[in-house]
Amino acid sequence: MRPILRPLLVSCLLLAGFAEGALAFCGFYVAKADTKLWNQASQVVLVRDGDRTVLTMANDFKGDPKEFAIVIPVPTFLEREQIHVGDRAVIDHLDGYTSPRLVEYFDEDPCRVVDRMHTLSAVAPSGAMAEGGMKRARSLGVTIEASYTVGEYDILILSAKESSGLETWLTESGYRLPEGAGPVLGSYLKQGMRFFVAKVNLEEQGKAGYQTLRPLQVAYESPKFMLPIRLGTVNGDGPQELFIYALTRTGRVETTNYRTVKLPTGMNLPVATKERFGEFYKALFSEQTRRENAEVVFLEYAWDMGWCDPCAADPLSAKELRELGVFWLDENAPPDGPGIAPRRMPSPAQNVFVSRLHVRYDRDHFPEDLRFQETGDRTNFQGRYVLQHAWTGEAECPAAKEYLSGLPERQDKEAQTLATLTGWDIGEIRGWAGLSSTPVEPVEPEPWWKRLWPDQ
Amino acid sequence: MADPRVFQIAALGGLTAYGMSALDLELSVDRFLLVVGAALATEGLGRWLRGERFDPRSPLITAFSLSLLLRAASPWLATLAAVLAIGSKHLLRARGSHVFNPANFGIVVLLLVTDQAWVSAGQWGHAAILTLALAGVGQLVIHRAARSDVTWAFLAAWVALSFGRASWLGDPWAIPLHQLENGALLIFAFFMISDPRTTPRSRAGRLVYAAGVATAGFVLRFGFYEPNGLLFALFAAAPFVPLLDRWLPGPVFRWAPVLEEKFHASHPASAPGFLPLARGVR
Repeated sequence: MRPILRPLLVSCLLLAGFAEGALAFCGFYVAKADTKLWNQASQVVLVRDGDRTVLTMANDFKGDPKEFAIVIPVPTFLEREQIHVGDRAVIDHLDGYTSPRLVEYFDEDPCRVVDRMHTLSAVAPSGAMAEGGMKRARSLGVTIEASYTVGEYDILILSAKESSGLETWLTESGYRLPEGAGPVLGSYLKQGMRFFVAKVNLEEQGKAGYQTLRPLQVAYESPKFMLPIRLGTVNGDGPQELFIYALTRTGRVETTNYRTVKLPTGMNLPVATKERFGEFYKALFSEQTRRENAEVVFLEYAWDMGWCDPCAADPLSAKELRELGVFWLDENAPPDGPGIAPRRMPSPAQNVFVSRLHVRYDRDHFPEDLRFQETGDRTNFQGRYVLQHAWTGEAECPAAKEYLSGLPERQDKEAQTLATLTGWDIGEIRGWAGLSSTPVEPVEPEPWWKRLWPDQ
Repeated sequence: MADPRVFQIAALGGLTAYGMSALDLELSVDRFLLVVGAALATEGLGRWLRGERFDPRSPLITAFSLSLLLRAASPWLATLAAVLAIGSKHLLRARGSHVFNPANFGIVVLLLVTDQAWVSAGQWGHAAILTLALAGVGQLVIHRAARSDVTWAFLAAWVALSFGRASWLGDPWAIPLHQLENGALLIFAFFMISDPRTTPRSRAGRLVYAAGVATAGFVLRFGFYEPNGLLFALFAAAPFVPLLDRWLPGPVFRWAPVLEEKFHASHPASAPGFLPLARGVR
């Protein structure tokens, strides 16, 4: 009998430590002193239905809070109630839920077909103005339309007649602007955008006792379904990493002015990849970006938020989704149970579709802001990579012979897949994967008639 | 000279094959065949009802254009788009010709009535090679086809508007250039707006028409943030064509064997169900 390699185990390993360095958002950092601020990655949650948008911007700023400041173009004026300070943990949860995942399967005893279940633990990834200032602002043609303290942030909503006035005002107020920001500010002003400027109110931060800065959220209504990235590219030293989690009612979100490409998925990789999955994912992303000439946006996950299979983390609860700004959620959505199940079945009440987009952008390849559209596509997609463990127990039967003789070829193929995906050296992969250093010759299958009369 | 539509079919066929194989166009072979089949079947029915001889060229062009531009969540919506497109050609007629570009009609109606259909304008990417290929192929097609003036006038207006806007905003030229390197825009310019049966009869009329569509599409896209602004603009411009023709008259366009025109001239009252005896007469 032929061995049946029926995969029975579905378990997930999660990428820990990939989202490290999620820092800047679509705006740029401006420092109040000459401290070198790094500006490498950002995480943005975009909740969108009709013209209503809730934008959550997470940062992982590690420096001195008084050095932290951001300037973000926003399409409309924002009332105090339209600004909120969210919970970092919810974004980490969303990151975990949508992360590329590694699944493991174990070959069965080729001589017996027994249902075996193994479970690996799944690890979720951690993932106000003085009067004098007002006057000066007016003289520069800058209007401070509003000034709020929200949570640990002091926030200003600015508009201006001229970009030069805005530039001067920001510089005089102690914000360090990157060179070349002026024309970009001007372009946004002419497009009717306002500027959302936030810095940390140290007193409030001390009172609240938060160690890290919490995400800022804004809710607005505008036909503009876009993310301003241009200010970020003015500042960035080289390409920047951006993760966009779009939560919508109808279906997948894609960019309309850049290609959206699915990350390669579903490949079998050497078992030893397990120890370096984070590294693998980074290399995979870099290599795929390179192949697409660094000018595409990658889709890493697209799924109905009610379930997952396999689950990298539990689906978000209705409460968490609401915190992120999913305003259309049914009040009676079922609460989530505890623990991480390998698989969750659809719960139709959620009615939220998530698209995780990942882009590495710079000014040369991404000259304009990201524009999006919601599509009607509800096809599920996930970045999922497979480890297939070989049977290591006793096996003494003709089927086992065939199974074992095919193994080296299978494992070498996995190594080659890994090399192609990541651009890693095949020799090195064979080394740490414990494979023969030379390519394996395909084994000729035993003629079918040899098994016909085995006693001969 | 061979019928220019044959070149169009070849060019669109090549683009479809390229899109299916090299880009994430989300277009499967079965979906494509379904759209082609629906377009041909509707054309067959329409021709039969109107008592004309079946000609696969026009419905093939429509089916290719639909496959390249329109994405739908279900195969039935894609089929419906093809039926609507070809149906509009046979039902919505004025002055002996259809009013709307068929593919444009099918796409716009679907975009308006359901959120399950969309146009993946960005999926063509901005690779220079593709742009060149598209432009080159398109130019060949246009060179062979009549009325290439619409395409060039449209592109000139669009380029002027894009660069004008960038200049006003103080944006670097990389931005309008990036906006131009868009496959969907070129497909629109080379294969949709150029449809000689739905454009004005005089050259002056066509130039006004092209500039009008470009301006309306531009305003919709950049002023109202409607990613499919151009398709809506072309749809809205169709009813103005008779007015332009009255203002700036010109000769009626006919494809080489003008069976349809002749037939209609002699049978103005042809009605559904009427089977002509003169079928096939040239």
